[in-house]
Amino acid sequence: MSEEAKKGYSVPIGPIHPALKEPILFTFQMNGEKVEKVDFAPGKAHRGIEWMGMRRNPVQIVHLTDRICGICGVSHTLAFSRAVEQVAEIEVPERAHYVRTIIAEYERIQSHLLWAGVAAHELGFDTLFYLAWRVREESLDVIEYLTGNRVNYGIVQVGGVRRDITADQFPRIEASLSYYEDLFGKMLTLFLEDTTIKMRSRNTGVMNQQEALELCAIGPTARASGLNMDVRQDSPYAAYGDVDVRAVMPEQYLGEARGDVYDRIVVRLLEVKQSIDIVRQCMDQMPAGEVTAEPKIPKLLALCKKAEGEAVGRVEAPRGECLHYVRMDGHEQPLAWKVKASTYSNQMSWLKILQGEQLADIPIIVASIDPCMSCTDRVTVLRDGRRDVLTKEELHRLSVEKTRRLQS
Amino acid sequence: MSFLPTIPEILKQFFRKPATNAFPAKYLPPSVTGFLARVGEGTASIHPPIATPPDFRGKIVYDRDTCIGCKICTKICPAHAIEFIPETKRIRIYVTQCIFCSQCNDACPVNALHMSEEFLIAAENRYAEDLIVE
Ligand code: SF4
Ligand code: SF4
Repeated sequence: MSEEAKKGYSVPIGPIHPALKEPILFTFQMNGEKVEKVDFAPGKAHRGIEWMGMRRNPVQIVHLTDRICGICGVSHTLAFSRAVEQVAEIEVPERAHYVRTIIAEYERIQSHLLWAGVAAHELGFDTLFYLAWRVREESLDVIEYLTGNRVNYGIVQVGGVRRDITADQFPRIEASLSYYEDLFGKMLTLFLEDTTIKMRSRNTGVMNQQEALELCAIGPTARASGLNMDVRQDSPYAAYGDVDVRAVMPEQYLGEARGDVYDRIVVRLLEVKQSIDIVRQCMDQMPAGEVTAEPKIPKLLALCKKAEGEAVGRVEAPRGECLHYVRMDGHEQPLAWKVKASTYSNQMSWLKILQGEQLADIPIIVASIDPCMSCTDRVTVLRDGRRDVLTKEELHRLSVEKTRRLQS
Repeated sequence: MSFLPTIPEILKQFFRKPATNAFPAKYLPPSVTGFLARVGEGTASIHPPIATPPDFRGKIVYDRDTCIGCKICTKICPAHAIEFIPETKRIRIYVTQCIFCSQCNDACPVNALHMSEEFLIAAENRYAEDLIVE
């Protein structure tokens, strides 16, 4: 074997590739079939949403946040509204909290089922993919029925929600909950007892508890590695303080957490069941009353305009914690708005979980953290038509230069 | 021994109606636009889409006579889809820019704006006549 061949070769995947649902560039250092080293370059789907937000008022931005992600729209609207509500000191009515929780849980159901389908597809198991997506329709139908749209729900507004869930809508919700309850056992069997899935996902993409902690993993990815964390449980928002919600851990099903792809499937499927229970509890406990603190939009706008201060809104999105930072200074537009989508924290796990795996396992391992690149990409550096990555030293140099410039 | 629980599920599916609604036609026409043109002429018939739920947010409807020209909707539209025409003191809505949030409906003091059920509005021309509401 020549020296060259021993060193291995590198395989780029992306920025646009059929195995990836969204644009991102991976570079794999391979040795035979084995991945020796991984590097990835996000930032290929930067859309300038924060820039657009800086030119709009909070009442408008809420609908913009809905479009950060096509799957977890309500998580972003909720996180943003919570931040603005804290800055402007707006008290959200109790009932609105419950409506927000119900929609957020439906979103989790549809997101996890979507992911389950994608995971099956990445394994080459398209039958299961179609099955998962067929049953996912039911949750989308309910969301459309409750909010008026399948994808960009537009239900959350600063100060509450824009539509109430009325008593005559309860039977439809109830029907969908029992539909999923009946189905749940079957889904568990189809996904978790299938020999093919077990063979492909057991002990692939392993990340243990310590590594998950060090790489700052969040959401189902962290829970699958045995980290007991969930924003809904740790710092409850909306109506989560009133309902029984505990982080779903793989131990509950298998007695142990291995932190592999299989455990990530387990966690997400069990969370579907948890969401059903949460919606049930919300429907039982929902208090009567208003659903928004300020139904008149011009008045709401005036309230936001007066506000000064900064706040952070945290929400447990289906993929993990989603965080919005807002700073207002008495103007219509916020002074600063920063979004941290869940994948931003989870993507570092790739470096660990892809190492030592086979080329053919890359799609499922990449998908196993449920990445959402378009939500994550916040910065793209372009200079003279050329994009480059700044190293720490370069950044430091730029910073020093700027200080000098300001001093002179 | 391998366990393949999907097999019985597939067999059952053979006897069920497919879940997908065959829209706009049972079999994919060679050209969808050509097919829709023929539907327009009345020589072909469309397989109906799934009905929209109540309070669906479709293409916007504007009641020009009720509008008082207060400009509130132009200020709160997230997509900047509404333009105010000072000469007539009325508004113009660019449907291609509208994101169907219905926020203007909530804000209008005289209820001059509504969302219809219409959603088959894709076109090749951004400024097509039926994509500008005024
Ligand atoms: S529905 Fe929303 S995007 Fe469309 S015109 Fe009204 S406010 Fe603007
Ligand atoms: S808010 Fe209503 S009344 Fe005012 S300009 Fe818009 S459509 Fe006309």
